[in-house]
Amino acid sequence: MEPILQVKNLTVTFNAFAGKVQAVRDVSFDLNRHETLAIVGESGSGKSVTTKAILGILPKNGRIESGEILYQGEDMAKYKEEDFYKIRGKKISLVFQDPLSALNPIMKIGKQITEALILSKSIERSKAKQRAIELMDAVGIPQPEIRFDQYPFQFSGGMRQRIVIAIALASNPELLICDEPTTALDVTIQAKILDLINDIKKTRDLSIIFITHDMGVVANMADRICVMYAGKIVEVGTADEIFYEPAHPYTWALLSSMPDLDTKEKLFAIPGAPPNMLAPPKGDAFASRNKYALAIDFEEEPPFFKLSDTHYAATWLLHPDAPKVEMPEILAHRIKRMKEKEAESND
Amino acid sequence: MTDNMSRPLLEVKGLSMHFTTKKRGKVSTVKAVDNVSFNIYRGETFGMVGESGCGKTTCGRTIIRLYDPTGGEVIYDGKPISGKMTSELRKYITEHIAMVFQDPIASLNPRMTVQEIIGEGLKIRGIVDPKERERIVVDMLQRVGLMPEHATRYPHEFSGGQRQRIGIARALVVNPSLIIADEPVSALDVSVQAQVINLLNDLKEEFGLTIMFIAHNLSVVKYFCDRIAVMYFGKLVELATSDDLFANPCHPYTKALLSAIPLPDPRAEKRRKKISYDPKEAHEYGAGNMPDYHEVSPGHWVYCSEQEFQDMLKNKA
Repeated sequence: MEPILQVKNLTVTFNAFAGKVQAVRDVSFDLNRHETLAIVGESGSGKSVTTKAILGILPKNGRIESGEILYQGEDMAKYKEEDFYKIRGKKISLVFQDPLSALNPIMKIGKQITEALILSKSIERSKAKQRAIELMDAVGIPQPEIRFDQYPFQFSGGMRQRIVIAIALASNPELLICDEPTTALDVTIQAKILDLINDIKKTRDLSIIFITHDMGVVANMADRICVMYAGKIVEVGTADEIFYEPAHPYTWALLSSMPDLDTKEKLFAIPGAPPNMLAPPKGDAFASRNKYALAIDFEEEPPFFKLSDTHYAATWLLHPDAPKVEMPEILAHRIKRMKEKEAESND
Repeated sequence: MTDNMSRPLLEVKGLSMHFTTKKRGKVSTVKAVDNVSFNIYRGETFGMVGESGCGKTTCGRTIIRLYDPTGGEVIYDGKPISGKMTSELRKYITEHIAMVFQDPIASLNPRMTVQEIIGEGLKIRGIVDPKERERIVVDMLQRVGLMPEHATRYPHEFSGGQRQRIGIARALVVNPSLIIADEPVSALDVSVQAQVINLLNDLKEEFGLTIMFIAHNLSVVKYFCDRIAVMYFGKLVELATSDDLFANPCHPYTKALLSAIPLPDPRAEKRRKKISYDPKEAHEYGAGNMPDYHEVSPGHWVYCSEQEFQDMLKNKA
């Protein structure tokens, strides 16, 4: 399958008062056509910055130091602001985390959607209203004709997020970037929005980059997953591989730090705090919080070790000479339970 | 069982909290909490779940008298605490019940040091000697996993998880028996959530606490709580032990809620069937068929009509 977007060795820094913050360090990934790629990590891991770099909406003090972002045969890392006009909000759209602050509170909902339609030049002004109502209908807003003339405060959180999605879809993009689209929503509403995103992905042939820190949401959405820590991708694989055969100690920690419905054991809390990205530690950035860390982790950065054609992890534990370690018990138990449940449902 | 064990620590009877607003001369009432009853027993962790706006936070805040209840009764350890607020009553409540808030940034005064924030409760309780207060604060800091030198710092110098530890220390320092924890981990990062949950679990053992845990993350509630109450639009719709609730949900809203929990298992996600809940379609309430509390099995209460109750019993058998 040919990739629609390729990110190669992307490095992004921020100039801060105290020095240069290395937010994204040498990140590479491909997004295949029609797939959902999830980027998972804690806050500060660089997942949002990566997508902001793709869309050219880094804050003023942010800079792409090196690397390429290949889209339609062009390197977007070299784009000027004007060059982005033909891409941003047209070919690539963004769904924001907080639907309240993403909408203009003093502009009618309908106007906000038609504005996007007209700016993307996909439609004439006279037909914009009709098209906007169709879009509102497509994202599951009841009575779109009435809702068209209402303001954001008259919408619930879930409905607002549907509007944000409708605006993102206005220009018929082929790539949708969802930045924690359901973090601000309730479980039941979250489930509906995730279903909606999956539906429009199918009906509109979208490719999606999905950013989240919620492993449960990832399992629902992703075809492939990148796990990020301290500005680097530490593990990449299909959803199945990440959840059933995780290999990086950070992925283990992330998975076992949250209870599932059968967890009885004490939770595995990651000790300490993420490293200071002004001066990223030498070697593996996760080493100081990792109880499985080897001496070499503090010296040299681990390369990616191949586990399968789609599954790679950057940890020295996979080196042939490394001592054999088992994943945390709480996680091993859960995976065993997951396999048992699957066998049960197959019977 | 001794009398002390069987008598609930907190009894909530028909608690209502209605808010009225006037809009263009029209008075409208929001029934944030409507006729809610439950008991919390000594030493247990009582979970309260529901979507935002269902009244779970209001319920917690009404119990600790941040609001004056519209109706109903709250009895703590045999003494009613929902009546007219007097200085003795306020003293009684603050001595026995403490609250941990959701937002660790907004709930700490940025102009007070950690020492002052945690020590304030002690001061009010009459521990006047600053040396003594300092000793207690430092001890408390260590128990929640912070350092003695943190005492002189300000809230902005801490990370989210550390701030929530300060909030927990502030609640615990007055030695309460009941803690009302209102979404204490929702604002925190995944890995930090685990730290705070483990901390609460340890402190519960150490201090023999009773905890009312308000949250919307069902996996966390299932993991942490002994009994769970589900709220929907101001009503308590189902109450059961956490294992029973997840194994045999009875109310259609509970079923919908449980079916929407995201699971960290891609294969299970593909198998999962989501149930939706629309109160208008799910129930046929009317004259002679009004909902009330029914006990489906010992300790498992559902808010439903007589007819629904009979159906549930049939399905169970």
